[in-house]
Amino acid sequence: MLGLDALPLAASESNLLAARELMAFTLAFHIVLASIGVAFPAIVLTANYIGLRRQDPDAMRLARRWSKVAAVTFATGAVTGTVLSFEFGLLWPEFMARFGDAFGIAFAIEGLFFFTEAIFLAIYIYGWKRLGGWAHFWSGVPMLVAGFGGAFSVVTANAWMNTPQGFELDAAGRVVDTAPFQVLFSPAWSYEVPHMILAAYMVAGFLFASVYAVGMLRGRRDRHHRLGLLIPLTIACLATPLQIFWGDLAAREVADHQPAKFAAFECIQETGPDQTEYLGGICTDDGVKGAIGIPGLDSLLVGFSTDTVVTGLEDIPADERPPANTLLHLSFDTMVGIGFALLALGAWLAFGWWRRRDIPATPWFLRAVAVSGAAAVVALWCGWIVTEVGRQPWIVQGFMRTEEAVTEAEGIWFAFAGVMLLYAALGTTAILVIRGMTKRWREQGESDESETPYAPSAGGRAG
Amino acid sequence: MSKADACAVILWVGATMYAIFGGADFGGGFWDLFSGDAERGRRPRARIQRSLTPVWEANHVWLIFILVVLWTAFPEAFGAIMSTLYVPLSLAALGIVLRGAGFAFRKSVESLPAQRALGACFAVSSLMTPFFMGAVVGAIAAGNVPAEGNGPAFSSWLEPLPLLTGAMFVASGAYLAAIFLVADSRRAGEGEMEKYFARRALWAAGVAGVFAVAGIFALHSDARYIFDRLVAEGLPLVILSAICGTAVLAMLLRGLRRGLRPLAIVAVAAVIWGWGVAQFPYLLPTSLDISTAAAPDPTLVSVLVVFCIAAVTILPALALLYSLAQRDIVGESGE
Repeated sequence: MLGLDALPLAASESNLLAARELMAFTLAFHIVLASIGVAFPAIVLTANYIGLRRQDPDAMRLARRWSKVAAVTFATGAVTGTVLSFEFGLLWPEFMARFGDAFGIAFAIEGLFFFTEAIFLAIYIYGWKRLGGWAHFWSGVPMLVAGFGGAFSVVTANAWMNTPQGFELDAAGRVVDTAPFQVLFSPAWSYEVPHMILAAYMVAGFLFASVYAVGMLRGRRDRHHRLGLLIPLTIACLATPLQIFWGDLAAREVADHQPAKFAAFECIQETGPDQTEYLGGICTDDGVKGAIGIPGLDSLLVGFSTDTVVTGLEDIPADERPPANTLLHLSFDTMVGIGFALLALGAWLAFGWWRRRDIPATPWFLRAVAVSGAAAVVALWCGWIVTEVGRQPWIVQGFMRTEEAVTEAEGIWFAFAGVMLLYAALGTTAILVIRGMTKRWREQGESDESETPYAPSAGGRAG
Repeated sequence: MSKADACAVILWVGATMYAIFGGADFGGGFWDLFSGDAERGRRPRARIQRSLTPVWEANHVWLIFILVVLWTAFPEAFGAIMSTLYVPLSLAALGIVLRGAGFAFRKSVESLPAQRALGACFAVSSLMTPFFMGAVVGAIAAGNVPAEGNGPAFSSWLEPLPLLTGAMFVASGAYLAAIFLVADSRRAGEGEMEKYFARRALWAAGVAGVFAVAGIFALHSDARYIFDRLVAEGLPLVILSAICGTAVLAMLLRGLRRGLRPLAIVAVAAVIWGWGVAQFPYLLPTSLDISTAAAPDPTLVSVLVVFCIAAVTILPALALLYSLAQRDIVGESGE
């Protein structure tokens, strides 16, 4: 009897781990493409605007080439995003069946923005030659709006999972009433949404800039490369200080709304004032090992006073504590560390510009920019690890455990292995395709697109 | 009409749009697969690619629309379908990844072997995706998805009706694609391609027609609830579909081109709405009806409001995209 009972439990635990890993992997892949999708319009439209306004052929060429790259990344993002929509149901059918009527509302709105993005991206990417200059520029503006709206609706759905509200349950746990505005604007939306939109601008900006930094390090220091570095880098560097401000705000709100998550990533065991802020180290039941501790700083950051009482894990019931505290702690520290490093990079650029009206001359600056894209992606991933792993064991904080939500389907580990192979092939091919495109552009030099990118009839108006 | 019924209608509108426009995009992949070797297939493939390039992603969004409306307005039905039909759904999702990536990457590479490999990805998955989606629809129609979910993983869809529905989805996509490509070739002044796709449209129409008739027999044995209502309340729509389908056949045979597309669209749409009428009031025949599955009213109102916003913003934008693409203002040549 015991054996029979234990078996399905073991199977469902294994399913839970497999389903969480699969979800995490596909989300990590998609979030990079989604970030490019959110921030690309601002970057490409800036280049396009400069190109039109100043009749600058270099800026115009950059905008055209970026839009061709976006055609590849957007298609990849569209299919990996679809996979996530399927996974909601395939991996977490109980969650969707019970909470779809609340959780789904934000996604209904997201559908609008996804349509807008797909339609106007197509018009923008495939309308270069036949539309007039400014008409073409304006056809890209709805993408910019869709980027903000799409990010809002998806991230606000996640915010709701962290700070759920706006629904009523009956005795069986079924949602019997909803309040859509409360669902859409649950407390966490105000810090999660801006934090993610700024992250998207940083990821896309630093990634685009890092490509041109590598080119410049290889000796291609023409105006095309300098502009290609400066436009996205400036946008990303402007987003960075705002991001640090918002991240600080978010951490304080998390301490308030999700004390278990906060205690887990800060490795706080005992509730009390004068909490030490630990940098690095390993979290154990009796404190942090191998960390640099700054006494009182954690309390100061949470409540602007070392007297601020911060909840420790001891006051969280054992079965409601997040797993993998060390992973959470190091992810949080890595994210914050990268954020400050990128802030310093921005300050370096600003200083160089202030003194010499130029990019800092040392190759070390270019090397720093060259790694900034990858660093921003790592910070993005770390942030999502903190948010998602930190919410465990809940899928809907306080209302539904992830283990209750998971599918009973078999073969999730096989699906995970298959998806890993598929996405490895997808990622590699996407990178090879983009590299092939850039190689062709280099061979063509500037000649191919020095002609006006707009129709002859529109050429006169383009300026 | 209750709010829940209205949301079910929205779901069917989305399904119709996806079946027609998304279906035709998959059909394009079908014809790409069967256009022969690189030399022989060069012109039809180029025609297919030009027609699909600017619109396939927007058309794909209808699938997201269907999923979102289903899980928001009818979460129990969504959970039940996903936890039962996870095998064909996963295969359909795999097909979506390969189709989208294969198509987008193929047009961005220049070497022939790479184009061939990516083209094969695109074309084979264009067959696979509609087939498994059809199998899902067929399994739902056959009443194989229990309301509480977790139905049998394989026997729920490895049955004549779901498999036949899958084949019918492939055929109807190929049919619509061929009809659309006839019009596109004609507008581009490619007379030879126009004849090429007209011949194929004729074949596809015949095959889709045979599948439809076979489907009626399969419904009779596997989905009696739907069959009984299809020959009663749903009969006018079945007749409408048959008339339009026959008219398309006659026009193709006589070389007439005007009005071909709307007639073909109505022929397919009438089948989808016939199915809807026959299945009413069930979402999962006959274990879960629309009102039981429906979300609380405020959620349904949100879905209705979003749909109204979409009707005044997204539909005109889609119309703009199609009209720009039809006039070749937006397309590969404008890249």
